[in-house]
Amino acid sequence: MIENLLLVLFASAAVMGAVLMLVLRHPMRVALALIATMISLGGVYGLLGVHVIAVFQIMIYVGAVMVFMVYAIMLLDVRDPSFTDRYSALLWPGLAACTVLAGVLVGSAWQGAGPVAGATGGLFGVQPFSAVFLGRYWLYFELTSVLLVVAVLAAVAVVQIRGRRRAGPAADAEPALPAGAAAGQEGVRHG
Amino acid sequence: MDKTQFLLWVSLLLFSIGLLGLIVRRNLLVMLMCMELMLNGVNLSLVTFAQRGGSVEGAVMVFLIFIVAAAEIAIAIPIVLLLVQHRRTLDAGAYTDLKG
Repeated sequence: MIENLLLVLFASAAVMGAVLMLVLRHPMRVALALIATMISLGGVYGLLGVHVIAVFQIMIYVGAVMVFMVYAIMLLDVRDPSFTDRYSALLWPGLAACTVLAGVLVGSAWQGAGPVAGATGGLFGVQPFSAVFLGRYWLYFELTSVLLVVAVLAAVAVVQIRGRRRAGPAADAEPALPAGAAAGQEGVRHG
Repeated sequence: MDKTQFLLWVSLLLFSIGLLGLIVRRNLLVMLMCMELMLNGVNLSLVTFAQRGGSVEGAVMVFLIFIVAAAEIAIAIPIVLLLVQHRRTLDAGAYTDLKG
């Protein structure tokens, strides 16, 4: 009983965070709303008994991805129209398209709705998950490591493009960094 | 309402809200975060199906999606930094001349 209550609570918190992401103005607040959504989803996974995914949800998503995002927001403290005007010109077409999409999805889900089988437990512990993951799916595991290496190389390549542009003649025409980031670098240098 | 059905509704909501945010918001970083929200919605449905079917495959898929999301953000943030350095704005409307 209390598990169902907690499940509804966490799921509502996740949806609330998602709705807040749509209406909040500053990117940092949006990031905090997304972090709240992710932590709530971690709670949902934990209540479902999928503890491995719950732990990785907190560790990878909140601990790595969102911290990276928060750093980027702090670095890019640009005061431009996107901070005051939240929505682009696509607001009404986007709303209409999403309403249509939601209608189609709800309609199809309504037709297919029915009682479903009960859940099984004990399958999602670390040990059975690891046995399947590193036994049957070892190739995909290795491929993801290759993907991560390629991603790191691509990020380094992009950073090198930035450095080259900053060193080139175009850098004289326009300052390389936004004012906030430049001030931040000055602060680091003086600190 | 059944628990599985309820969670699938929640994942549908999260995906739709993420898609809506990706379309209507104009800040590049907020758009990236809405993409993460869409991935989270898909993850929730995968976990729900895996738990309902009693198979680990869905959980393995979610783990792979975690890694793809991490790689995606590792490339997307430097690209956004590059764009901001070029135009000094995070407004997606300023980049409408980027035609692919």
